[in-house]
Amino acid sequence: MSITATATPPPADGTAAVTGGPSRLPDGLTPILFLGRALRTLWSNGKARIGLVLLVFFVLLAVFAPLIANHSPTSTDFVPYQNPNAENWLGTTGAGNDVFSQMVYGARVSLLVGLSAGILATLVAVTLGLISGYRPGPTDEVIGFITNLALVIPGLPLMIILAAYLPSRSVWTIVLVVAFTSWATGARVIRSQAVTLRTRDFVTSAAFSGERMLRIVFREILPNMTSLVAASFFSAATAAVMAEASLEFLGLGNPETVSWGTILHFAQQQNALLTGQWVLVFAPGLAIALLAVSFTLINFGVDALSNPRLREKTS
Amino acid sequence: MRGLVSARGVNVVYEPNRGARIWSVRDVDLDLAEGEFVGLVGESGCGKSTLGFALTRLLQPPGRLDGGSISFDGTDIASLSGEQLRAQRRNGFALVLQSGMNALNPVRTIGHHFGDILKAHARDGDDYTRASIRRRGGDLLEQVELKAEVLDRYPHELSGGMRQRVVIALALALEPRFIVFDEPTTALDVMVQKAVMNTIKSLQASQRFTALLISHDLGTVLEATDRLLVMYAGRIIEDKPSAEVLTGVHHPYTDALLGCYGDPRAEVVQLHGIPGMPPDLSTTGGGCLYADRCALARNGCRDSVPQLAPAGSGRVACFVRAPAPNARSKSADPQTEGQR
Amino acid sequence: MRYVTRKVVLFVLTFWAALTLNFALPRLMPGSPLDAALGNLQANGVQVTNAMRDAMAAQLGGAEGNWLSQYFSYLGNTLRLNFGTSFSFPTQTVSHTILQALPWTVCLVGVTTIIAFVLGTLLGVYAGWRRGTAADSTVTLGATLFSAFPPFWFGMLLLYVFAFKFQIFASQGGYSPGLTPNLSLSFLSDAVQHSILPAVTLTVTSLSGWVFGMRNNMINTLGEDYVTFAEANGLRSRTIALLYAARNAMLPNITAFGLSLGAVVGGSVLVEGIFGYPGLGNLLYIAVLNHDYPLMQALFLVITVSMLVTIFVVDLLYVRFDPRVRREVIA
Repeated sequence: MSITATATPPPADGTAAVTGGPSRLPDGLTPILFLGRALRTLWSNGKARIGLVLLVFFVLLAVFAPLIANHSPTSTDFVPYQNPNAENWLGTTGAGNDVFSQMVYGARVSLLVGLSAGILATLVAVTLGLISGYRPGPTDEVIGFITNLALVIPGLPLMIILAAYLPSRSVWTIVLVVAFTSWATGARVIRSQAVTLRTRDFVTSAAFSGERMLRIVFREILPNMTSLVAASFFSAATAAVMAEASLEFLGLGNPETVSWGTILHFAQQQNALLTGQWVLVFAPGLAIALLAVSFTLINFGVDALSNPRLREKTS
Repeated sequence: MRGLVSARGVNVVYEPNRGARIWSVRDVDLDLAEGEFVGLVGESGCGKSTLGFALTRLLQPPGRLDGGSISFDGTDIASLSGEQLRAQRRNGFALVLQSGMNALNPVRTIGHHFGDILKAHARDGDDYTRASIRRRGGDLLEQVELKAEVLDRYPHELSGGMRQRVVIALALALEPRFIVFDEPTTALDVMVQKAVMNTIKSLQASQRFTALLISHDLGTVLEATDRLLVMYAGRIIEDKPSAEVLTGVHHPYTDALLGCYGDPRAEVVQLHGIPGMPPDLSTTGGGCLYADRCALARNGCRDSVPQLAPAGSGRVACFVRAPAPNARSKSADPQTEGQR
Repeated sequence: MRYVTRKVVLFVLTFWAALTLNFALPRLMPGSPLDAALGNLQANGVQVTNAMRDAMAAQLGGAEGNWLSQYFSYLGNTLRLNFGTSFSFPTQTVSHTILQALPWTVCLVGVTTIIAFVLGTLLGVYAGWRRGTAADSTVTLGATLFSAFPPFWFGMLLLYVFAFKFQIFASQGGYSPGLTPNLSLSFLSDAVQHSILPAVTLTVTSLSGWVFGMRNNMINTLGEDYVTFAEANGLRSRTIALLYAARNAMLPNITAFGLSLGAVVGGSVLVEGIFGYPGLGNLLYIAVLNHDYPLMQALFLVITVSMLVTIFVVDLLYVRFDPRVRREVIA
């Protein structure tokens, strides 16, 4: 993802809030209305549309899990090591769980971790990026150094160390660990955009008219990088989904949680590949991949909004 | 008689994949004679650079040519593409870019730039060894008053004025017969502007290529050129010998531009802005697009598009100042000289 | 020399910060780090012996004294590469264990990263140059899909198809059982055979980052004035694509090289684990499974430091590619 500060003419259909031109949230515009507009703009991008459809599919799966799954995901009443059959559509685990039901309920954990770690990481990225971009000098230097440090330390090994030392093993631990390790890229992108915006006329004039720094940053600068914030959210969410799966696969999550990562963990422990139960490995991995694809595709749309050169040609 | 460059009914449309289409250049007819130095002025956004890009076949998507023909020395270049178009650029048409600062590849030396151009157009029997490229590059640099040692420099090691001169030298490398200068001095400071303009003028005088100088600075253009074209909202609305621009009959818009410029010889200079906003170029309606800002506008002005018609020593597209023989002439009053 | 000085200072500072982070992490956790680690061990049903307790205490810099003296004894131990004893491999020191694994990972990750970089950059250049065509869409969508594959999962699929189903490649290890590592041709070809599946896994799953980065950079440089001017001068489109657009589009990708290495190293932990490849990643995998805290921390440090060194080297090499920096260095 590369972001350049290109001056763009605002599009004619009133979506100025998600493009590069100076804009601020009008007071009457509620966040819901704003979100609606952003979604409509995303929908017009072919790739983002596929991504949104996929995401909605997973959200529905997670919300209506009890209606969709035909068994309890934790029930161990079935014959273990079954291949897919009429009763257990994706077979059973070595412990006698129904894999299909586990897959359906697993969507809840992946979405929960992906979205909340994404939000948390984005909050950190936005806060640090904006402060460091708007406050040149020592503040910027220190935050910049921490950001660089977080960038160069390999994420997964750090996560592994963190998760291995943390006493609690809940899903929220994983959310915290993932958020802690994946904010840096976003912070760097947002910082550089804040630096360019700082020198723009509309920000300078606000500063001269005596507005407080926080107000300028959140009222004048932030609304002009909505698409950047969205992009770092979706990148962080993608990273979170992958990291959660990796940690749980390693057995660093809570083994009692039903998630795609734990299905893979137990499949590996029970040598599912050697016993020919490849569905046990294939299904959860594919689900993780599709969720990640959905985030990436939505990000293509967001990227095209912030950088007009990346827009698709019509003809 | 048709000139070296001749455009008929040229339209350029920008088609973004969201939002309205914009007709940036509208029904432009243009003839440039061999060796002529013509200026093209107008507000930013009036389509003057777009016209320059269209004439040199460099429009980039989402912009494209939408009808019209452009001929260069008798060849229709509007329909050329690929290798045929590329071949036309030797002894053909060249462009000197607006921001000469960014027109050079930051990772290649100036010598490499010359080599790339010369090798790209090498024909059988041409000798493009390292030494001959350096010799030719040195000669070209000398023409723009730079030393041959610039060949070993990278763009970032040169000043803005030097870079602009390098860009001109590169454009000259293919011995073009027609050069579009798109705001060649805008990014430079005033003293350097003057010097670079003088170089362009003397090059044009000695090499006799046809030149189109695009600028928003009327003063610069009037000092350098033989003929002046004024563009407004995608149309050429006035065409006049440069020497006679300060006097005579004008399009009301040109009057307003002259008001902005101020005659340096006048004792008291009164500067006026042009009231109103430039028009929305997505409109397709007929009528004079300047009418909404024009003090002279009358009822008929919004009904049909005024065409260039003789007025004084030049041609003007205005129902009031130059009532065309075929257009409504009942209320026109050509005797408006001295109103300015 | 300002560029180099800055990079050296930054390297030293980051190195120190990584060391300190490694020291601080266990201590920032609730409770004493030793108790936390021992608690985790017991919770997982591991029998904690006195030897294990001592090993961990030593690794954590000695539980005695205030944190400052602990910190200095930790720094001293680390600089002497004294990481204590691991309890997964009780017969050898941690540094010996790591030293044995290091070359395997350097070869595997090094080679796959270079292949992925070259291949991904070429694909990105191609997709960016042919933007909007069917070829571009194919490359972009393919890269999107591959980037979404969890590397360890993709490795497991390859393992299933090529090692279990068709038995083309060996399923486990870096070389056939019974061989001793040496530099003979027969051993090397055996090792290459074993490394193909993990190498393909890492290459395929890390390719897309380069493709996306390069495609976006290409599209941006294609909009630059120097590309338009090159076109105005009738340069051949191959010259424009490669020497004008791609050459400049590559610069940000080189800077990103070091950073993306982190993702590959991270991915290699699980991939090496899946394939039982005898590198650092597999060691970390084993350390996690055995709750081997001394080994875990030493590995984290070694992995981080190797990344820092690589990034530092890439930063210095960058000088060769960007004349704007090069002149500054020589001057």
